[in-house]
Amino acid sequence: MSEILDLTAAELAAAVAAGEIAAVDATRAYLDAISARDRDIRAYNETYPDEALARAKRIDADRVAGKNIGPLGGVPVALKDNLCTTHGRTTCASKYLADFRAPYTATAVAKLEAAGAVVLGKTNMDEFAMGSSTENSGLHATKNPWDVGRVPGGSSGGSAAAVAGRLCAAALGSDTGGSIRQPAAFCGVVGCKPTYGRVSRYGLVAFGSSLDQIGPLTRDVKDAALLTQIIAGGDPADSTCLGDSVPDYLASLDQPIPNLRIGLPREFFPNNNEALRPDVRAAIEKAIEAYKAMGAEIVEVSLPHSRIDVGDDGAISSFAVSAYYIVCTAECSSNLARFDSVHYGHRTKQPVEDIVTLYSRSRAESLGQEVKRRIMLGTYALSSGYYDAYYNKALKVRRLIANDFKAAFGKCDVILCPTTPTPAFRLGEKTANPIEMYMADIYTISLNLAGLPGLSLPVGLSDENLPIGMQLIGPVLCEENLFRAAAMYERARPAQWLPPCAN
Amino acid sequence: MTNTAQTDTIQPVVGLEIHVELATETKMFCRCRNHFGDPPNTNVCPVCLGMPGVLPVMNGRAVEFAMKVGLALNCTVPGYTKWDRKNYYYPDLPKNYQISQYDLPLAQNGFLEIPLSSGETKQIRVLRAHLEEDAGKNTHDIPGCTGVDLNRAGVPLLEIVSEPDMNSVEEVMGYAKSMHRLVRWLGVSEANMQMGHMRFEPNINLHITRGGVTYKTPIVEVKNLNSFRALENAVAFEIQRQYDEWQGNPEGFVLAKLGKQNRGYDDGTCKTVFQREKEEAHDYRYLPDPDLVPVTVSDEWRQRVAGEIGELPLARRARFMADYGLNFKDADALTQDAPTGDLLDQSVAAGAEAKRCVNLLLGRGAAVANERGCAIADIGVTVEQLAELAKMMSAGDVNATAADKIFEKLLAEGGQPRAIAEKQGLLTVKDLGQVEQWVDAAIAANPQAVEEIQSGGKKQKKAFGFLTGQVMQASKGAAPPAEVQKLLQQKLG
Ligand SMILES: [Zn+2]
Repeated sequence: MSEILDLTAAELAAAVAAGEIAAVDATRAYLDAISARDRDIRAYNETYPDEALARAKRIDADRVAGKNIGPLGGVPVALKDNLCTTHGRTTCASKYLADFRAPYTATAVAKLEAAGAVVLGKTNMDEFAMGSSTENSGLHATKNPWDVGRVPGGSSGGSAAAVAGRLCAAALGSDTGGSIRQPAAFCGVVGCKPTYGRVSRYGLVAFGSSLDQIGPLTRDVKDAALLTQIIAGGDPADSTCLGDSVPDYLASLDQPIPNLRIGLPREFFPNNNEALRPDVRAAIEKAIEAYKAMGAEIVEVSLPHSRIDVGDDGAISSFAVSAYYIVCTAECSSNLARFDSVHYGHRTKQPVEDIVTLYSRSRAESLGQEVKRRIMLGTYALSSGYYDAYYNKALKVRRLIANDFKAAFGKCDVILCPTTPTPAFRLGEKTANPIEMYMADIYTISLNLAGLPGLSLPVGLSDENLPIGMQLIGPVLCEENLFRAAAMYERARPAQWLPPCAN
Repeated sequence: MTNTAQTDTIQPVVGLEIHVELATETKMFCRCRNHFGDPPNTNVCPVCLGMPGVLPVMNGRAVEFAMKVGLALNCTVPGYTKWDRKNYYYPDLPKNYQISQYDLPLAQNGFLEIPLSSGETKQIRVLRAHLEEDAGKNTHDIPGCTGVDLNRAGVPLLEIVSEPDMNSVEEVMGYAKSMHRLVRWLGVSEANMQMGHMRFEPNINLHITRGGVTYKTPIVEVKNLNSFRALENAVAFEIQRQYDEWQGNPEGFVLAKLGKQNRGYDDGTCKTVFQREKEEAHDYRYLPDPDLVPVTVSDEWRQRVAGEIGELPLARRARFMADYGLNFKDADALTQDAPTGDLLDQSVAAGAEAKRCVNLLLGRGAAVANERGCAIADIGVTVEQLAELAKMMSAGDVNATAADKIFEKLLAEGGQPRAIAEKQGLLTVKDLGQVEQWVDAAIAANPQAVEEIQSGGKKQKKAFGFLTGQVMQASKGAAPPAEVQKLLQQKLG
């Protein structure tokens, strides 16, 4: 069975379609792997073995009957626990929604299922997607399959760990400030955040609505292209979703981009070991050399409003991170207001004398520290008298950041930089210092502010044998180029390593 | 208003916020039915229940309705407007924010012309009109707990805010009723008060001049008035109450010291009542709604909507007076709603004489409408029926009495006026030989009346009327009265 786990989603889909592997066997192989190894990794919050096997059986029957089983027919996948599904719970890893069963399915999930995917279960995350290590989960922590003493990254840490740990063939996550790309880098998998609006947000429990985007976490670039292809496209249920037609990403994937121009933002290669660890820098530089060898032209570009500053005390700060934490907290303070215990979700068992006490006690009992911190920050930023100083100013910074990227893309096709300043850190290492935790996203956050697509792919191992991720950034709706550029690298230097926990 | 004892000059200053529920098929941001009176929580879905992960999708029809009102109020409808979230916690607001419009309303800076009893009109400026979603309703009919009915949650609501341009109860009522007539006229709201389709929030204070000094009393906002009667009572009560309070403390009971206050209204006593001030002023923490894209209104769209508005009540009333020679009262009665005037216009276009149609509509028509509690246009007469009947009158085929009977018959049973007239024998008899026979018979049967006419005394006129009546009776109303009188005069004169 272990060879099933070795296959990419595309390979497995082909094998199932050809009748070489039964969907039921593929599903059972993954369910067995979860039973055997997820107790160490804890990637999943909930699995649906019976439903998954029943569905796989139907797919096998359809195939035998000659029906089209779809481009992902029989491929077992995992979903981040903030994607609503009518089967099972959608908890957002929050005690507030611990028993919430959605009466609707997210559009991206419906599209994945329509393509034949078999949903194995829901993966762990930072509560309501707020965090960079999955330690903020209200349910339990998830471990990095490369080193169970380390975090898988976050907030889509469960999905990244499940893909890296061979506990699913591919997974969906969501990315608000790096929540797909950063855990992908930490776990040594490919993670793609599409252009804002490329994938419908309907059914994704909102954190920062103007930043959130659903995307895939996969074994390789082709799978990322395949899953993005399936979930992308307009949706009448999401007004912010773009109706532009989705190109055939797979058709061009194997064709190298001739005269590829790669932009290196000078601000993203700071001379500071905290802001960019030397082994990470070395791995990225090696990747740049690989592109050069393939004939790519390297140009220097500048993203002044995304720069990373190092203070006299050594503390790292970033304009983009500051603007991001105002926009996302403001939006989350409003988005999470609905969790008031009146209509659904956790309600306090304590006696309450009035409605305000009911609200505050229920929320106090069921929301985690980081969630509360962000709700308070956002409430403050939107308060009268502070709106212009914070929220409005953040929106201005947001425009400046987007303009920087626009200017940079005048000189290059894709931008290349590290995904994270360091490889995966230890569990508990940054929980005491939220600001330090926020800086784990310094290279990923500005894309969300600008609405741009970004992709992280593994490019090597660190001094302590942890994966290092490289980020490729493209202009709006240029996912096709990102996949082609990433596939060029992957072909030249295929990743040949597996995490210790994946067998 | 002048107080003679003190020679104070008192000018009430009133601004009015009017909330109008729009009569779209579906809600503002989901496709649930927009319908009053259904069992609690039956017109709901994940979107209007505020479930996690769902998204609002704008109802374009509601935007058009709002644009229509804005344009009819002479407002600017900008090319770019957006949606904002107004954040506050309340059980009938499932998301704990209301999607509304904050700094870029759909319509701004217009006016509404209102009629005054003097016969003149006054322009009341409209500051803005914006679109938002209504909240649900807390209900208290379950003992021991509060129920929440979310059928109304998400229903499109237009909030129209006037400038403080009204200076009397009469002007406030003129404005409120004109607005009520306008939204119904435009077909954008049923504006049914019992169903809460229209709600008022007046802002009231007084500018009192005494001894050359002007004092402004604190502005009071009266919340949630659901009827014209409540609005009228609340404004009248506040004007008196504020003057009374000010007299007791002329230097202290002023806006500069007390600011703005909210008061409620008690339907039982018809008085406004003090409301406990909220612990702190509401901070709604508005932010642009990231789930919705801004609305761009193209010139073509604006023009198309403007083209659908047609003639407005005041313009139509003036035209009816000028073109049809109606007096103010009749013209006003015929412009309470659009369909009644349309009926008149279309009948005239079909060749009927306006005066005849108006007499039918405001005579028997108004009486029937009043009995049934409906608009005149809804009594069930078609343009064809009305025009035919009016033309029969003009042609002398039926007289006024017969026409009235025919009208009543066709309202009750339907049918064609001429067919009814024939069946009932109500057509005027044009056979003069027959009329002469009736006249001769009447003369022969009433020698006393004949004598009174011929003697020329003061009873002459009455007797002539009596004889005419006898002839009409004999003809069952079918004799042409003019011919009857002519023949009587010939034979007796
Ligand atoms: Zn609904």
